[in-house]
Amino acid sequence: MAEAFKFELVSPERLLVSEQVESVVIPGAEGEMTVMAHHAPVMTTIKPGVVTVKTASGGEERYVVFGGFADIVPAGCTLLAESAVAVKDVDRADLARRIKEAREDAVDAKDDQARSKAEQFLSQLTTLEGAILPA
Amino acid sequence: MPSLKDLRNRIASVKATQKITKAMQMVAAAKLRRAQEAAEAARPYSERMGSVLANITQAIGGGGDAPALMTGTGKDDVHLLVVCTAERGLCGGFNSQIARLARDHIRRLLADGKQVKIICVGKKGFDILRRDYAAMIIDRVDLREVKTLGFVNADAIAKKVIHLFNEGGFDICTLFYSQFKSVISQIPTAQQIIPAGLASAPAEAIEGGNAVYEYEPEPGEILSDLIPRNISVQVFRALLENAAGEMGAKMSAMDNATRNAGEMINKLSITYNRQRQAQITKELIEIISGAEAL
Repeated sequence: MAEAFKFELVSPERLLVSEQVESVVIPGAEGEMTVMAHHAPVMTTIKPGVVTVKTASGGEERYVVFGGFADIVPAGCTLLAESAVAVKDVDRADLARRIKEAREDAVDAKDDQARSKAEQFLSQLTTLEGAILPA
Repeated sequence: MPSLKDLRNRIASVKATQKITKAMQMVAAAKLRRAQEAAEAARPYSERMGSVLANITQAIGGGGDAPALMTGTGKDDVHLLVVCTAERGLCGGFNSQIARLARDHIRRLLADGKQVKIICVGKKGFDILRRDYAAMIIDRVDLREVKTLGFVNADAIAKKVIHLFNEGGFDICTLFYSQFKSVISQIPTAQQIIPAGLASAPAEAIEGGNAVYEYEPEPGEILSDLIPRNISVQVFRALLENAAGEMGAKMSAMDNATRNAGEMINKLSITYNRQRQAQITKELIEIISGAEAL
């Protein structure tokens, strides 16, 4: 059994998770990564996606996060999410609203850079929708 | 001299008022607890955010790639004031305290020949500042419809501010709100959020915090993503502190009002009783003197 480490998932509204876990899968901006104990210090932004937490007691929990960043040190991992909800509590309407907003952003974007950024965000959101909602 | 009936009516009306203020006090107490919990729940995020920011600025070491939101425009000609107040009154000096602080600040800036722009969050601050500085108010945010303050509300305000900054609308942004110290004391505070004053950020306390980080993507890129988010967090914290402060101020104001009403009822009852006694005595004297005359 792998060694446990401290994982915290924080959203501006509250502290969602703070416990000993075995591993965490984080949707990093440059690819998904699995964090385990004694990970090298990394700071990364995260994209909208699913965080999978394997707790020390053997359970598995999944959370949907919408952007944010992760601070990983050997002793633990802190994930600061812009907004986070447990997968089972995801509100379909809320997600649809976010996608709609992202789509509008992409249309409204003034220059190419902003547009590609908005489109990227939109595609991340739609992937996310596909991943968590049974079609 | 008011008649007995007048007095009775007055007592009844004061009693009704007392009931209302008492109820308001209890509602405020319940809301205060919730607001306080919300403020406490938000604390870990802003703390972590602070330490991460400190870390990353250290890593960059004030290099040239720090985003403008952090270094500022290098000028201080145009000031933006974000004044956060409550949506409702009846909370003692809460709103006027914040407005007074803002007004002093504005006066000082104007005396220095700076240009001032104001964004009002909350109706009360807008009402007060409109009297003197209507021309400077460029925007107002209404949170009246908002039942529970969410991060989205703060984010919307922060986005507005950042958008304005990117358009070159101002050089320095200051946030006005009331710090929640305790139920009876709220301290109106001015906090500069753009450019972010991070010089005094405390040293990293987390174990292994000084290790060499790997950054994904580049530190500069993370930072330019982080700073706007930090501004949202600051605004969010200000709004939460305000919400808690408002309820605290309302609670003590309503407590005072209830006590005053009680005193007033006592005084009125004494007058009422005295007058009634006087009338009875008068009637007795009339009867007795009438009987004696026979």
